[in-house]
Amino acid sequence: MSVRRLDPHAERARRNRLHPRHLEFARPAWRWTSADGVTRINPHALGAIGPNGIKRIDRSGASVEAAAGGTQASAEPSRRQVTIDTPTAYVAVVPELPEGRLSDHDRDLLGLARQLAEARGGAETGVAVVAVTFQAEVAGLEEAGADRRIDLSSQVDADSYAPEARLAALAAVETALAPAHWIFADDFPGGGDLGRRLAARLALAGDAAARAARAATRVWQFADGQTLSRAGDRQDIQRDVARVLLALPECAEPVSDTRHAATLLDLDASAGDASAAPGVIDRGRVAVDPQQIPLAQAPFILSAGRGVSDWEGYHHAAKVLGASEGASRVAVDDGYMPRARQVGATGTFVSASCYVAVGISGAVQHLQGITKCQRVVAINSDPSCDMVKRADFAIIGDGDAVLAAVCSQLGQPQPQPESGDSRHEEVRHDAA
Amino acid sequence: MTQPERSASAAGEARVVALVSSGRHPVSGRAGRAREDARAVEMGLALAGASLHLAHAGDAEDAALPEYLGMFHGLEGAGGPGELSLLPMAAGDDAVPLLANWLEAYGANLVLTGQRAECGEGSGLLPYLLAERLGWAVATGVAAIEHYAGDRVTVLQALPQGQRRRLEVRLPCLLCVDGVAPMPRQSAFGPSRRGRVEAVANVTAEPDTLQAAWQWQPARARPKRLKVVKSTNARDRFKAAAAKSSASGGQVLTDLSPEEAAEKLIDYLRRERILTAPSGE
Repeated sequence: MSVRRLDPHAERARRNRLHPRHLEFARPAWRWTSADGVTRINPHALGAIGPNGIKRIDRSGASVEAAAGGTQASAEPSRRQVTIDTPTAYVAVVPELPEGRLSDHDRDLLGLARQLAEARGGAETGVAVVAVTFQAEVAGLEEAGADRRIDLSSQVDADSYAPEARLAALAAVETALAPAHWIFADDFPGGGDLGRRLAARLALAGDAAARAARAATRVWQFADGQTLSRAGDRQDIQRDVARVLLALPECAEPVSDTRHAATLLDLDASAGDASAAPGVIDRGRVAVDPQQIPLAQAPFILSAGRGVSDWEGYHHAAKVLGASEGASRVAVDDGYMPRARQVGATGTFVSASCYVAVGISGAVQHLQGITKCQRVVAINSDPSCDMVKRADFAIIGDGDAVLAAVCSQLGQPQPQPESGDSRHEEVRHDAA
Repeated sequence: MTQPERSASAAGEARVVALVSSGRHPVSGRAGRAREDARAVEMGLALAGASLHLAHAGDAEDAALPEYLGMFHGLEGAGGPGELSLLPMAAGDDAVPLLANWLEAYGANLVLTGQRAECGEGSGLLPYLLAERLGWAVATGVAAIEHYAGDRVTVLQALPQGQRRRLEVRLPCLLCVDGVAPMPRQSAFGPSRRGRVEAVANVTAEPDTLQAAWQWQPARARPKRLKVVKSTNARDRFKAAAAKSSASGGQVLTDLSPEEAAEKLIDYLRRERILTAPSGE
């Protein structure tokens, strides 16, 4: 073991702050190794003065001044650009695109496609992920991991349900590119329907292809060159990667560290000669009574709590807005709403795309019930309540008055004589 | 549920078939009716009454078959006992060629089945393979049959968020019944005893060779996805891990009169396309 040698003069000058040569030997570091070989840390020499004039110690190494100066380092790490000039093989993904946007499920599908492409050699060998969409403008395919994209919106109407026309368009892509894998989202009646149709078409196309074309449905994991798919009766099937995969949400991690080109591929093949008479014809959406939709599935919920006193007006507003009715536990316990309408941990967990809470302060159990809602609107007289903090759009005011104003602005004000009766009825109800 | 309309001629020649499979209770694992198949039988009974014919490819001793036959009660007119054609095959055999040949020989016009079996592979591919092989139309997610006449059937298809879409399907066709279809009636003991199970003769099943290469294992719980923050900076990772999940950035409007507030609310709902913009009115 080597002996640690120190200059005693320098040590003395360093210890004695009054020494004329002290600054020369003063150790600027906050960490050093002592004579005994022990790591020493001087906490007074450590850290920096923060924006509030208080010394801050940041052990991550990021300097406090830099953060305070406004030049915040971006949390998003830079992505590596991946380009493939001449693809040799393809992995095709058909994203769902609800509301014309990539959903989380779609990103998972593209992540799974990237994993399959990597397993077949990746970008070095020219395996490209191609996203096949039935809509023209889809944002974010580059970050989601698509090397190429095919736009079939000219052949198929994106809005109407025409599975046979879509299948014909996909069959044209199949003959043009012959992708190694097709990946669909396994949900009805979207990708689960289309993917099964394609799988059935491929399975009966030829003998050689038919053997591998049996689709793997409800795929939820890809590992070691094999996929796990959920079967019936609490079983999993582990099998080689099928030609057609119908994958569940969270089947793979979405792409996070690369950026891809998503170049538009032009296919000459026109699928106009599909079949003269389609077997399934879309006759359009059917108007559904919002009160008949199960509360857990309802897309638009108007929910009332203790802050609502004009219940007739509330029911009228729900009818005018075309919303399903929900309620907090208090409103249900007080007898104003049936138990089946209660939202929250003790009632129904809802997944509305828009949830309007009128006079609900936002108990923890209620907020648990609305975690899956995309947009929350709060109308409340208390600006500090939890529901206002949770809401994407909050209005501070009296819920009854706002709902009445909404109804009158939509051209259907509530008929007046109802209000007196309702108040009378409430009193009777409380007494009972 | 309202009875679907059908013309007298169609009802006379209607050959409505329901394909049934054995099910498992989701909690207890007990054998019985499959939930979606039972709804398909219910839909067929509402449409065709006692003339509905059941078909099953599999084991004759299956405990689910009497339960399906026990649903033939409470029917209008002279409700005879239920009839079920059994295509004998082992569990590992391929049901598609058997059923396709039988359906063609039987002359079925409308075939009802569930979307996905509860036992075995449960892939939901069978209706599609049958339709592709027979050249029939197939529609999935059927919630109700509205109209059945001539060479077309009008159905309602279940969409997410409780929405419905009307489809017109060319006959002959296969309809996959969704779980939101009307509740199946209870299975009764008497009709289940009176129902007839007829094994179809001269059927040779072939083993499903594709399944031989697969490995079956008890279903594992799917791992929960962790929220991983990819950052080279320990400060950012710590911040992301310690952050409270509070939705901030919401717009809060104060000091508004009810009329102004209503205007803002309607604007917001129209912007988010919850309310349709005013058109004619």
